[in-house]
Formats: sequence, C-alpha cells, structure tokens
Amino acid sequence: MPRLIALLLLIVLVLPGSRAHADDAYDALSASALAISPESFDSVRHGIEQLAESGDPRAAVVIGALHDGTLYANDDHALFIQQPDGSYVDAHTGAKAPDVTDDDVKKVRVNNAVRSAIDAALGGLQLFAPDAPTRLHAATAVFTSHDPAALPALKKALAKESDPAVKRLMEQAQAAALLSAPDASEAEKLDAVATLRARGDQDARSVLSALAGQSGPVGTAAAAAVVSIDHFLQIWSVAQSVYYGISLGSVLLLAAAGLAITFGVMGVINMAHGEMVMIGAYVTFVVQQLMHAYLPSLYGISLLIAVPMAFLVSGAVGVVIERSLIRWLYGRPLETLLATWGLSLVLQQVVRSLFGANNQDVDTPGWMSGAFQLGGLTLTWNRLYIIIFAFLVVAALMAALRYTPLGLRMRAVTQNRRMAAAMGIRTPWIDALTFGLGSGIAGIAGVALSQIDNVSPNLGQGYIIDSFMVVVFGGVGNLWGTTLGALTLGIVNKFLEPIAGAVLGKIIVLVLLILFVQRNPRGMFPLKGRAVEA
Amino acid sequence: MSLDEPILSRRGLGRLGVAAATLAAVGAVKAASTPAEAQATGGTIKVGVLHSLSGTMAISETTLKDVMLMLIEQQNKKGGLLGKKLEAVVVDPASNWPLFAEKARQLISVDKCAAVFGCWTSVSRKSVLPVFEELNGILFYPVQYEGQECSRNVFYTGAAPNQQAIPAVDYLMKENKVKRWVLAGTDYVYPRTTNQILEAYLKMKGVAQEDIMINYTPFGQSDWQNIVSSIKTFGSAGKKTAVVSTINGDANVPFYKELGNQGIKATDIPVVAFSVGEEELAGVDTKPLLGHLAAWNYFESVDTRENKAFIKEWKAFTKNPKRTTNDPMEAHYIGFNMWVKGVEKAGTTDPDAVIDALIGVSVPNLSGGYSALMPNHHITKPVLIGEIQPDGQFNIVSETPGLVVAQEWSPYVEDTKDLIGDWRAPLKCGAFNVKTGTCTSGKKA
Repeated sequence: MPRLIALLLLIVLVLPGSRAHADDAYDALSASALAISPESFDSVRHGIEQLAESGDPRAAVVIGALHDGTLYANDDHALFIQQPDGSYVDAHTGAKAPDVTDDDVKKVRVNNAVRSAIDAALGGLQLFAPDAPTRLHAATAVFTSHDPAALPALKKALAKESDPAVKRLMEQAQAAALLSAPDASEAEKLDAVATLRARGDQDARSVLSALAGQSGPVGTAAAAAVVSIDHFLQIWSVAQSVYYGISLGSVLLLAAAGLAITFGVMGVINMAHGEMVMIGAYVTFVVQQLMHAYLPSLYGISLLIAVPMAFLVSGAVGVVIERSLIRWLYGRPLETLLATWGLSLVLQQVVRSLFGANNQDVDTPGWMSGAFQLGGLTLTWNRLYIIIFAFLVVAALMAALRYTPLGLRMRAVTQNRRMAAAMGIRTPWIDALTFGLGSGIAGIAGVALSQIDNVSPNLGQGYIIDSFMVVVFGGVGNLWGTTLGALTLGIVNKFLEPIAGAVLGKIIVLVLLILFVQRNPRGMFPLKGRAVEA
Repeated sequence: MSLDEPILSRRGLGRLGVAAATLAAVGAVKAASTPAEAQATGGTIKVGVLHSLSGTMAISETTLKDVMLMLIEQQNKKGGLLGKKLEAVVVDPASNWPLFAEKARQLISVDKCAAVFGCWTSVSRKSVLPVFEELNGILFYPVQYEGQECSRNVFYTGAAPNQQAIPAVDYLMKENKVKRWVLAGTDYVYPRTTNQILEAYLKMKGVAQEDIMINYTPFGQSDWQNIVSSIKTFGSAGKKTAVVSTINGDANVPFYKELGNQGIKATDIPVVAFSVGEEELAGVDTKPLLGHLAAWNYFESVDTRENKAFIKEWKAFTKNPKRTTNDPMEAHYIGFNMWVKGVEKAGTTDPDAVIDALIGVSVPNLSGGYSALMPNHHITKPVLIGEIQPDGQFNIVSETPGLVVAQEWSPYVEDTKDLIGDWRAPLKCGAFNVKTGTCTSGKKA
C-alpha cells in the first residue's frame, strides 16, 4: 500500500495539465481513507492544493465535503460525497451513486496539516463569494495560511472588493503572503511590514517575528514592528488582567452571594452551600434535556428558563434542609458545621447515584460562545454575560432585602429576633425563607457555572472554600462587602497568577487573606451597630 | 441565629480544625466498615477491585470497576479458572489516598484476594505499594503513568512515558513542525515527572530553553483565562507552537472550553493531552476542539473485530448504548487476561508462582495485535495518536508500526538513565544499575 501511495504522489507531482491535474487530485485525496501514514496525509494535502489550483468547477464542493467530513472513498480510489440523508453522490460528477453503501466506502481522514490546507484552499476559493461574511472568513483563512500562491487571487479580489472591513483584512492577508513570497521586492515587503504593524495583534506579531531575525532592511523593520506591537500589547495586557480579574471575581461573587445570606445574614456555617450550586447546575442540565425533547424551538433560551427553575429547586431544597436539620442547631456552629458537611457528602452521593459520576454535557448557546475584540482586549462572550448576570443577581438580591416585605422581616429578625417576634413576625418561618433565598441564589449561580465548569457531583466542592473566603473577607453580613471582596480577590489573583504561577498565586492570596483577617477580624466592611456588639 | 456569637474567633478556628480532623477520621472509619461483598469461601478465587466509587476520582474509576465485573462474569461463563468460579470483591477507597492502603490491606489479608486490579492516580498507587510489597500481593495498575518505578508486586498495564508522551512529541515535531512547546500540567507527581522527562528529551532534540514554557495549575483549576491567553502570546513568536497537556481530571473541561472561546484552533496551536479520553470528553461540546490531539494505546474508534466485539459486550453489560470505552479499560482487559493465563500457566494462585509465570505471557489487545508482559512488569503496546472529532470520538492519525516496549526508568533523566528492571531469575531486581552492576532498590529480600 505505501508503494501505491508513493506512486500516486509521484503521478500527482509530475503530471502536467489542468484536467489531468484534477483527476489525479481526486485520486490523491482518497489516500488517507485507505491507509494511515504520514505519506497518505501528504498525498491528501497535495490533492487539495492541486484541486484548488485546477479550476475544476467541483473543487469547492469536494474540498467543502472534506472539510465537513462527508467525503468517502472506495477501494478503487473513487470518491463519493455523503448526502445528509445518508445516500452518496459521485464526487467527480455530482451524479447520484445509488449502489454505493456504507460498507463499500471509508471516510477520507483529515489531520491538522490537511485541515490547514483545506482552510487555505477554501479561503482562496471563497474570496469571491457573494456575501461579505464568507469573504471575511476566507480572507482570515488566507491570512492564517499566508501562502504566496494565494497572491494572484487576492489581487483580483481586492480590486473588486467594496466592503471596507473585508478589504482591510484582504490587504493584511496580502501583506502576510507577500512576506513569505520569495520573489517580492524589498519595497513591497517594507509596505507589507507597515500594514501588519498597523494591525498590531498577536497574529500579526506571529508573522512578523518569523522575519525579525533576518538581516537587511526588511528584518530590521520587522524587528522594530515586533517591538512596537509588544509595547502596545503590554499596555493592553494590564487592562486584560483587570478584565480577567473582574470575570473571576464575578464567578466568586455569584458563588458567594447565596452564602452571604445564609452565613453572612443568618450566621449558619453551611458547608453544603456548594451542593446547592451543584443542584442548580444539574437543574440546568435537566431543563436542557427536557426542552430538547419537548420544546426544541425554544432550546436557544433554555438557560433563561433554567434560571428561575434552579432558583426554585435549590430554594426548595434549602427550605427543607432548614426545617429538617438546621433549625435544631442554631447557636451551635460546630454541630452545624459537622451536620452540613455530612449533608454535602450525602447530596453529592445522591446526585452521583441519580445521574452517574460522569460529567453531564450542558450546551452553551451560540450567543454565549466565542470572543470579540475591543481594542487590544479579547473578551469572551460567556464571561461577559456572567459578569453582567452576577451584578444583576446581586442588585436583585439587594433590592429584595431592601424593598420587599420579606426583606424587611428578614432584616428585622436578624437585627433583633425577640423584638421582631413581639411585633408578630413568625420568626421560624422567616428563618426558613431566608435560608431558602440564600440556597436559591446558589442555585442560580449553578446555572452560570454550568457554562464554564464541569457539571459533575463535585462541582460545589471547588467553590465552597472560595465562597467562605469572599464572605469573611468582605465583611460578614454585608452584601456590598461581598461584592467588593469578590472583585478584589479576583483581580489580585489574576495579577499574581502570571507572576507567581497559578499554584503559588493561590497560596499568596490565602496568606494575604489570613494576614488581613488577623488585623480586621470582621472583614473589609464590618457591620456596625448594636446587633454586632450584643 | 448566632450573630451574637463571633463565628470565626481564634478559639473557634482551633475548634473547627479539631472538628475537621474528627470528620476525616469518621469518614475513614465509615468507609472502612463497608462490608466486602463476601467472606472467604472454599470454591471460589477472589479478585479484588480497588477503584474509587465516590469522591473526585469516581468519575474515572467507576467505569473500571464495571469493566472488571464484566470481565469476571465473562470468565465465569467460560467456566471460571482452575475449575473454580471467580468472585469479585469490590471495595470503595473513596478517592482518599490513605484509605487506598487500608483497603488494599483488607483485600489481601482479610479477603485473601488472589490478585487486585485497581488504582488510578499515581499517589494512590504509591500509597498501596508498600502494602502489596509487605503482604506479597499482586496489583494490576491500568493507567498511563510517569514511570520511574518497577515493583515486583505490581504489573503496569498502562503506558510508561515512552509509550505515550515521547511518541506524541515526535509526531508533533515531524508532522506539524512544532518548534515551541508549552508543557502544561496539574501540580502533582505524574505531570511533574513526565514534564521533567519531556524537557530533557526536547533539549536533547535541540529545543532551546526559551522555546519551552512550563506551567502548573492546582487540582480542579476552573479559571483558565489568563493561562490560555499567555499560551496564545507564547505562540505568537513566529514558530509553530504546541501544548503538551498533562492536565488531570475535571480541570480539562474548563481548559478546553476556554481554548474554544478564545478561538485557539488545533490548526494554530494544537494541544496534545495524555489524560483526556472518550470518558472525559463526554461532558464537553467537542465541536470547537476539532483536531486537538490525544495519545493513547487504544481508542474506542479502533477499527478491529476484537474491539467491535468488546464494545458490543460492554454496551450490553452496562445496558447503556451510550457508554464509551477508553484506554484504561483496555489495560484492564489485557491485564485480566494476562493474569488468567498466568494462573493457568502456574496451575495455582500462589503469588510467587503467578508473579514468575506472568513474565512472558502474551494476550491479544484490542488494536489487533498481541501485548506481552515483559520482565520489567510492563507490557508492550502500540502507540496511537488521535484527533478529537465533533462527535467526541478520536480520529486515529498515527500509529506506531510495531509494539513499543516500556522503559520503566527514563533514559533521559540523569538519575535513572543507567537503571533497568528485570524480575527474572537470576537478576530479580527492579532497579539494577548497569554501570555499577548493583541492585539499588526493589530487590526481593
């Protein structure tokens, strides 16, 4: 078999003429379906390049099929494209091939090198696509491959291009390709360096720094451009670290907001708090499964529906826990600690028995994936939404405590239980609702965390320590303190991480926190007033 | 309501510490008193299964318990072993390393298990090692690990670094022309040792110090934003860059999610992982991960008759058509069949006889060849490299032409480059220094 492939390769490389080219390209493409070896992937790669250059009208279709993983080959090197309904058409002609079955054909395998070639080829072919987003995508692909072979196509496309964003990207792609073209003049190359320097991001830096070591004016200009880009990126990296810190802080805030109620306001050391978060994440999973089965049309907003559901389920579990367990333990922090710690193990094992020990797959909706550029910042959508969501949750919580009758009663009970009881407030019932509120908020946090972390029975364990840290640091019983505490810890952590490494960074944060709490035992924003002194 | 009581006074903290210690002790006693499935009876041969069924490692190890039960059931259907039925003794060490040692002791001395199949993390293996050596038990360890160990009582059916890490690095060097390397791992013994070996190997291959970036993160790291971003920066130096990941367990999902979100594609910066298999990917949307790599000795997508039969039996046994198979499962499949053959060869389950009989035993693996147990208590394996597909399976893009023999002591690390392990008579030594001609450790007294 290797000999056959080598022969094929030879034919592909040697035979001239565009029609013959295309035929051999088809042959070459089939190689990796029949054998796995470095040679077979090389053959496929050459096949793609040949096909793209051949001008064969089916080239885009066939390469597209390879990209989508629907290109198959049989033992005689004939290629077929699988249709969405499972039938096959001949790749060469596009005619139906009714007598081909799944057993006759094998998938043409693709590896990363081949995938790069596919992207470059498709990019070149799609530079003239009618819609601007496809052209933008194509220009990006050509920029990434910066293959000089794409230069003539780029030139033609640039002359026709009317969309300014696409045009700019095409110019950059042209500059990148020029820099790796051996026959480009020095003036052209210097222009290209200037274009990339103006682009000023990591991809541009990557192309330029490959040249920076060379001697001559191009090398010098490239080196200067790299220095300038580095300088630019360095300034932005501070802002980027702040953003990462706020993002981490918002996750901590979400996890800790519920605890700020149960521990901060009620004073219950709730070691099962993390499990409330975990339950919220599993509610998200169940909601998605149900919606997938019964309401597929609304699947895109499943997360929005999961938020109130998680609040209700976790809140209900919280009320049950308070009524059945915690109310017997008020005023006995040690027993509460032990009991809720045991409870957390029980809840974990219950979930493990119900759903299995494996991670569950919670989908990220399209509007939450990917990233966008803002100046030199890369902002990922899911993190951005979580930041907004965290602040919304805290704002809603504060409003609930301040403006609702329930909030008023909660504050009354925490400030002076006996007086509140004397005024006719059913204090045990308020206790249960307060605990339920805290647990419900934890459940909401679970919905957000399902987007960035594993949905597994252990999800909560990773957040319980951090949550306590945030609440103690911010000042027990103070939601503003919790918010600022979470953000401070997040930002400090993200600034330390690049300097000290993730492991040492965490340790330093812990040490700093211990020192801080030693000096200020009541945290950043201690509650003042008689309730504290009493 | 206890706002009137300071919650974290210093004395309180001390009391909490005591409470935590008490809790840990209670947990240990509770788990230790779980009854083993049966008491010793005359007509059966007992096989210990020492995998965590609760705690953090349950995600990976529960599957291995199930596969052992399946293998034992199949063997019993074939008529058992030496005319006796096999009986599984399942215990739960609860992802708690000291408890592993306790449970191992119970399996050998109370339940009298003829062999034990178990452990996942290196730290759990290290904690049971003295028990197996003291009580002369037999342990089959099914997970790829860092090497640098060769005990008489342990049979390593997972990959040593040269059966996984080094071929993967070679593949990236050759196929993707990678010049810059990020070695990212969780902070514990397996990644540290593997990265030490890889670093030495890369330098030997002429990679400069500034082209290697090493990064460790704590267990369960869930915020990868600036680490992924620094990898991106490291990769923008104009040289092809790849990440070699020894990130363990649950930390992988957030890591891959962050990679996908920050738009790092496998065609830009490929990530090759040694601890990510079909099971770990079950909880991830793999579409953004297309083309990232993993190196193993087995993938579920291996296209052989043996593998198809195994997957069919597995799905029937678990009554779940969605259950995946993975590399450590294959290691148990091989290890169990080797043990069966070894016992048949020895004609007894006596540990000394079986340990000697096992060397040289050869059984079919699932990728279409035979794996043999070598004198260093490791097995020969093919090395496969797969790329992640949108359906969570791996597309095999490279396989070694033959089987690879394990190097239990790494030749790339200064301290161990002269050591070999050979448990055949007359050498009978786990760490024999070929330069000085002495047995440095692991010699059977």
